Amino acid sequence: MLARLTVNEIPVGVMEVALDKNMKILIVDDFSTMRRIIKNLLRDLGFSNTHEADDGMTALPMLKSGDFQFLVTDWNMPGMTGIDLLRAVRADGKLATLPVLMVTAEAKRDQIIEAAQAGVNGYVVKPFTAQALKEKIEKIFDRVG
Amino acid sequence: MASEIVDPNSIFLAELKECAKLLADKLHGNEFDEASVLIQSMTQARDRHIFQTVGKLTRGLHNAIVNFHVDADLTKRPPQIADSDIHDASNRLGYVIELTQKAAEKTMDMVDEAAPIAANLGQEASLLRADWARLKRREMTAAEFRELYERMDGFLGQMEIGTERLNKSLQDILLEQGFQDLTGQVLKRVMGLISEVEKDLVHLVLMASQVEEITGLSEPVTDEKELEELIEKRKHEAEGPQINKARDNVVSGQDEVDDLLSSLGF
Repeated sequence: MLARLTVNEIPVGVMEVALDKNMKILIVDDFSTMRRIIKNLLRDLGFSNTHEADDGMTALPMLKSGDFQFLVTDWNMPGMTGIDLLRAVRADGKLATLPVLMVTAEAKRDQIIEAAQAGVNGYVVKPFTAQALKEKIEKIFDRVG
Repeated sequence: MASEIVDPNSIFLAELKECAKLLADKLHGNEFDEASVLIQSMTQARDRHIFQTVGKLTRGLHNAIVNFHVDADLTKRPPQIADSDIHDASNRLGYVIELTQKAAEKTMDMVDEAAPIAANLGQEASLLRADWARLKRREMTAAEFRELYERMDGFLGQMEIGTERLNKSLQDILLEQGFQDLTGQVLKRVMGLISEVEKDLVHLVLMASQVEEITGLSEPVTDEKELEELIEKRKHEAEGPQINKARDNVVSGQDEVDDLLSSLGF
């Protein structure tokens, strides 16, 4: 469907996961309405195996115990923020290669660079369109798959 | 409170200078008795001035507390705040979150309800249209036509009920937007309170600075390194949605995010 990227563009560590419509996805956001919007958009894209958590603190144990294949997280959340969750995921031996998409209202350049350095696979700023979300997910799994 | 903003220090300082000149004259003229009386009166004037300024500061604080309708038990350490305008404001903001959440959920419920109706009607319409085209091309048997006749009847019925439900959902979505008015009113009230608090705080700081000036107490200088660390920390701190898109350290949309990430090798 999408053109393959050359080898040197494939990010290290996320090569073994393939695009699978049944993949288990965790959506992390402190606002239930935003979780619902993302869940609906993902369902429209054909992904219906979605689960939810309201901050990093609840998400991390779910990720550690469940076989999630994709993480969609907000940045600004009470308890444990999305950037800290991303760092915890990358630091965990089992989760280190999990593809992570950040969907957030945080729009400072330094933050985007910080997320990139922490190993995020995609970054979508709110408010976003269904198209933007679709493109980023395809891009992540096209490189990965 | 605004009338007190005239700097009372200037009057006191003018008095002090006048006395100092007189004191120097007395000392030159070896009139030590009168000089010591002058010194005493100068100290008294200084003390009186400090007391007055501190008094004003205290009264200002008191007024500020009264203005914000703070109902607090000051005997407790730390004081227990039972109720205040700030407390009220944060309750109001909580109400804004609640209302916007309800409106968003209701709207999404309506969309969830409407989407399958529209999808079903569309699907049935395109099936019927294909059969209808066959009828027009006279490719249909009498038995098939009877079936189409029945289905068309059923479809028109579905159409009537379906569009009625769609209209109802659209109406409900429209009505649900009333949250904007309600939350707008609440937010305006809170904005008013915040500017009141700011005004009173600035006034208090001004009065406190007059006390500092006359007593020789100076403001602690903020450590430059500390300030730099604070600026660095702020760069990465989560802020939520950007109100001012023109800020130069902020991206204005998804395209800029993509450009930035691709410049980083993404």
